[in-house]
Amino acid sequence: MAEVLSLQEAVSRHISNGDIVAMEGFTHLIPFAAGHEIIRQKKRDLTLIRMTPDLIYDQMIGAGCARKLIFSWGGNPGVGSLHRLRDAVEKGWPNKLEILEHSHAAMACAYEAGAAGLPLAVLRGYIGSDLPKVNDQIKFIECPFSGERLAAVPSIRPDVAVIHAQRADRKGNVLVEGIVGIQKEVVLAANRSIVTVEEIVDDLGASVNACVIPAWAITAIAEAPKGAKPSYALGYYDRDNAFYKEWDLIARDRDSFQAWLQDNVFARVSEHAPETGAQ
Amino acid sequence: MSIEFTSSEMMCVTAARALTNGMTCFVGIGLPSEAANLARLTHAPDVILIYESGTLQTKPDILPLSIGDGELCESALTTVSVPEMFRYWLQGGHISVGFLGTAQIDRYANLNTTLIGDYREPKVRLPGGGGAPEIATNAKEVLITVKHSKRTFVKDVDFVTTVGFGRDGKARDNVPNIGRGPTVVITDLCILKPDPVTSLHPNVTRDQVIEATGWDIRFAEQLDTTPEPGARELEVLRDLKARTNAHHASTQTSQQ
Repeated sequence: MAEVLSLQEAVSRHISNGDIVAMEGFTHLIPFAAGHEIIRQKKRDLTLIRMTPDLIYDQMIGAGCARKLIFSWGGNPGVGSLHRLRDAVEKGWPNKLEILEHSHAAMACAYEAGAAGLPLAVLRGYIGSDLPKVNDQIKFIECPFSGERLAAVPSIRPDVAVIHAQRADRKGNVLVEGIVGIQKEVVLAANRSIVTVEEIVDDLGASVNACVIPAWAITAIAEAPKGAKPSYALGYYDRDNAFYKEWDLIARDRDSFQAWLQDNVFARVSEHAPETGAQ
Repeated sequence: MSIEFTSSEMMCVTAARALTNGMTCFVGIGLPSEAANLARLTHAPDVILIYESGTLQTKPDILPLSIGDGELCESALTTVSVPEMFRYWLQGGHISVGFLGTAQIDRYANLNTTLIGDYREPKVRLPGGGGAPEIATNAKEVLITVKHSKRTFVKDVDFVTTVGFGRDGKARDNVPNIGRGPTVVITDLCILKPDPVTSLHPNVTRDQVIEATGWDIRFAEQLDTTPEPGARELEVLRDLKARTNAHHASTQTSQQ
């Protein structure tokens, strides 16, 4: 049953060094507040999984949280490169980063298989691509019924899933609206889950077929208003496209990145929870 | 009476004209998205645009910066989850045209968006595959739009992220349940029906195309001249870009 915690407490209690962590939200509802809390608590050696690493993983990789990254599209959408990700891959700064890359279709299927409790996902994918040559987690199998050659990838079963959503009710049921991405799948695929929300309300106001994740399928809920900025939360605020462009300059240079991190992450400890310092 | 236009506008208008009403088009971000929305706002109001974020039949008023901008969701008929998008709508066979851009393309229309150089020690690391590897095989056909240059049009791509016709041109032969692959490549210089060039844009010479291509490019015997953009197409395109630029510049930075 979901326990309502401060963000600081949720991260401290449920994410440990070395964990496999999947923080999802397909361009929409990216859990930045939680990412920043992970940076502040100086979590290390994480295996980070995300279809689109986006700025959130660029920041966490640059801050030294990650040992390995599993992803399918590693750019700054509409802008260009993720410079911290590239610096880690190309130059090993601030530490070496192992990467494992997929296509979107394969990762979406792998999350779905994880949620379904299966060991693998099967898709008509990777035909003629070089990706299977550089990712030993991509195999091909023969359909036992038709004989068709199909791609197989292992399901994604993270230690911890982290997502952001619009609302939770007081019992801890969560409503996700708009581009729902793979949020439900990642929560169900993971051993533990942290859901940050814009607000906790009396009534979710959900329609009968809405994407609602029940309280009993979630580990922890933390209120984090504007917790998806500079991405967006449909019905609450828009995507800050100007910041996505600005990030290109901030992240291009190690010093300007570290200055930004200091001013915008480490100096903001008290925003969602009282400071208790790094672990 | 001809109107002045840039080579980028020529490319976008030509790419837009490749789409027609009734097509279901899986749209990549950037140049494809610009051209697909131009088609929707001009000659093909009923073209169905689908983005990998799950937005089905979307009609954005401004071009999205990312594949999952709120505009795409709010103007869509409905929005589905990402696994549903790739499994039911794309792999399930509902997409007639995949519309892609690329960083590198080779003589067999293989696309590279992964890296320049060697995989373990890249010279330039690019974003990677995203939706493209499966769009290219599960859509019934693929349109590609990309600017023409020797850096982009290479004999063999450094990495096949997304298959065109494979390293030997035969990768699709005898593979069941996949689409025809790339049927048209539209650049700022010409139209290719891989690989012969079938049409040169106005005022473009064969030599310009040869100079901008990293292999011995062929030209069709019947080589056409691409029709110029019309006044309305240019007006709609310029309005769309002006609206888009104004919108993306005005979003306030929030991290202060």
